[in-house]
Amino acid sequence: MSKPKFAMYWAASCGGCEIAVLNIHEKILDVDANFEVVFWPVAMDAKYKDVEAMEDGSILLTLWNGGIRNDENEHLAKLLRRKSQILVAFGSCACEGCIPGLANFSPLKEIVDTAFSTLSTDNPDNVRPQPHYEMPEGAIHIPTLLPVLKTLDQVVDVDYYMPGCPPESHQIAAVIDLVIQVVQGKAQLPPKGAVIGAGNSTVCDECPRKRNVKTIKEFGRIQLMQADPELCLLEQGIPCNGPATRSGCNARCPSAGAQCIGCYGPAEGVVDYGARLLSAFASVIDSNDPAEIDRILDGLVDPAGQFYRFNLAGSLLRAAKPAWKSGD
Amino acid sequence: MTDTPETQTFEPVIIGFTCNWCSYRAADMAGTARMKYAPNVRLIRLMCSGRLDPTFVLKAFAGGADAVLVSGCHPGDCHYINQNYKMLRRFHLLKRVLQQMGIEPERIKLLWASAAEGAIFAEEINKFVEQVRPLGPLNWKPGNGAQVEAPVHEEVPA
Repeated sequence: MSKPKFAMYWAASCGGCEIAVLNIHEKILDVDANFEVVFWPVAMDAKYKDVEAMEDGSILLTLWNGGIRNDENEHLAKLLRRKSQILVAFGSCACEGCIPGLANFSPLKEIVDTAFSTLSTDNPDNVRPQPHYEMPEGAIHIPTLLPVLKTLDQVVDVDYYMPGCPPESHQIAAVIDLVIQVVQGKAQLPPKGAVIGAGNSTVCDECPRKRNVKTIKEFGRIQLMQADPELCLLEQGIPCNGPATRSGCNARCPSAGAQCIGCYGPAEGVVDYGARLLSAFASVIDSNDPAEIDRILDGLVDPAGQFYRFNLAGSLLRAAKPAWKSGD
Repeated sequence: MTDTPETQTFEPVIIGFTCNWCSYRAADMAGTARMKYAPNVRLIRLMCSGRLDPTFVLKAFAGGADAVLVSGCHPGDCHYINQNYKMLRRFHLLKRVLQQMGIEPERIKLLWASAAEGAIFAEEINKFVEQVRPLGPLNWKPGNGAQVEAPVHEEVPA
């Protein structure tokens, strides 16, 4: 019997998800023993036309990481959706946009200018990439940027979501174990649309720090203050994203003395990550006076960036107005 | 958008969140007293303004609202002791976030109205509609943008 087929692809991402997969150490041998890897650009050579030649539904499992930033990503998403039985949005970029999704705060022109015309860029002729170019040898093409970054499920149907930036290696190993058991007929797949490889609660629930319902008169930045090592960071005025963030990482950052930045995305039942966090932050402010509330809020230098650091593309508003207006 | 002939005839869609005990009663009073005010606001009654999850406001904008009104009992008058203060803190933070998302601060309004203030409620809604009208439609649709070529394909001056 031939082994079930496995694929992994990266779109607008940093490559950290691929590293996280390799971080499962000898477990990677189980992947090789149980699957035939048919397409994985970071690990092996394969051409898009090879994928196009495969039969529809012939790949059992595709892990997709990265957001949809250009028409090449969009094409591959549709292609791999067609070829795969199970498509997993793997990692924060695919689930909710992540750091590449922060570009949804800026119009496309600004993004391109930042990449090609900053002081540190050596580009005296102000050259811009041209998606279509006629050369004497023939026409060449590079992908065209979309006006805003989209999450995978804004483009194609997604079977499972695996959050994290990147997903924790022990969670990846557990998911791979589960899929192998399913292949061997020893386990059942979770219902479609489920979040896998993560908890169902919030980071706060796993956080060892003490909470005592304290309110604050000032927000501070963790690098500028001496934080109490045992007390809840938010109650010390340090913007910590734990209250809205899905558990699954064992509260790594707050345990190590840093604030949660929210890479595991919205907790179970949270519709808009930023809105939930906004409520949590507003609730620790100790004032009923509008002027004083405003003064305290001045300590949060970039609230939208804080609340949507990983989730802008996946939020209800999806992108700031100047960004999506640049697509009109 | 500035005050153009198009915006003068534009009728904004405003979603208004009112609390059961004061501001909704104010709207009720304006109605029973047959006061006339702009028909642009669709009211949604919550038990308390403190129930206002910022998600509701984001969903209203994402779903096509041009502006959002949040209304509750006067400070100190809350039926649930102090929940309107919780809304007040959220409102201030939400306004900052919306501004970063490119939604003008004039598109969201906080209004305290007691059950006896039907006239004030009606008058404030009229004022709010006139404040939103010159801004034009918000028409939020970030997902629908077609592929843009313009900024990337820009001709480079020789």
